[in-house]
Amino acid sequence: MSNRPLSPHLSIWKWGPHMLVSILHRVTGDGMAIVGLGILLWWLGALASGPEAYATFQGWVWADFGALSFSGAEILSSIVKILLKIVLIGLSWAFFTHLCSGLRHFVLDIGAGYELDANRMWSIASPIIAILLTAAFWAAIILL
Amino acid sequence: MGNGTSIGKVRGLGSAHEGAHHWLVQRFTAIGNVVLSIWLMASFILLPDLSYETVSSYLAGPIPATAMVLLIISVFWHARLGLQVLVEDYVHTAGNKFGVLALLNLATLGGAAFGIFCVVRLALGGAA
Repeated sequence: MSNRPLSPHLSIWKWGPHMLVSILHRVTGDGMAIVGLGILLWWLGALASGPEAYATFQGWVWADFGALSFSGAEILSSIVKILLKIVLIGLSWAFFTHLCSGLRHFVLDIGAGYELDANRMWSIASPIIAILLTAAFWAAIILL
Repeated sequence: MGNGTSIGKVRGLGSAHEGAHHWLVQRFTAIGNVVLSIWLMASFILLPDLSYETVSSYLAGPIPATAMVLLIISVFWHARLGLQVLVEDYVHTAGNKFGVLALLNLATLGGAAFGIFCVVRLALGGAA
């Protein structure tokens, strides 16, 4: 029995855009669920607690980089503040990536978009559109 | 004693008949998320600034408060379903899986309750 040949298909494969968009959907979705919802609740909790709590929230997640201090023990909090801003921008990217691949799932759910060329094209397009939407979102936040 | 008949070995080990419901609710909440999260992102863009005064008075209004409560329900429900799939895919020991799923239920229900309470407090003027 142990000498029976095994199907090789589980170990022989290479990356394709379909796999990338699939794992990106999971990573961005679960990333938002764990990190994003935590920050959403921090934001809502700060809003419900009053102006001081909201100022504390803003000071951590959207710190004024010009006012950061890197002397002594403040190095640690400054690094966390820089990381939190990166996390927040990353969450906006995760949102648009999950939105685009999720909309792609809706199309696949109705049985459309399985032709090899169309499937490949939208696998490549959806993360690219997501990056453009993320850039457009921040441009709109800053400019409007 | 034998090992049972062929049918007896597999009876009761098939589908739990809950997959379709999980799949559908994931889609229903996804539709809710599309509408409500685009509303929230558009609000971030269209509000004149994101100061305490602006955001708290905006979210205290009847329509934004309702939308925010619905968003919390839809997003937390969707997140619970998505994380459940993650756990079922990667946690294989029955006891661990049960424990993590129990924790997931506590975290998502508790988180959603906290979020809704915060919006209600803002809307009903409890905050300073």
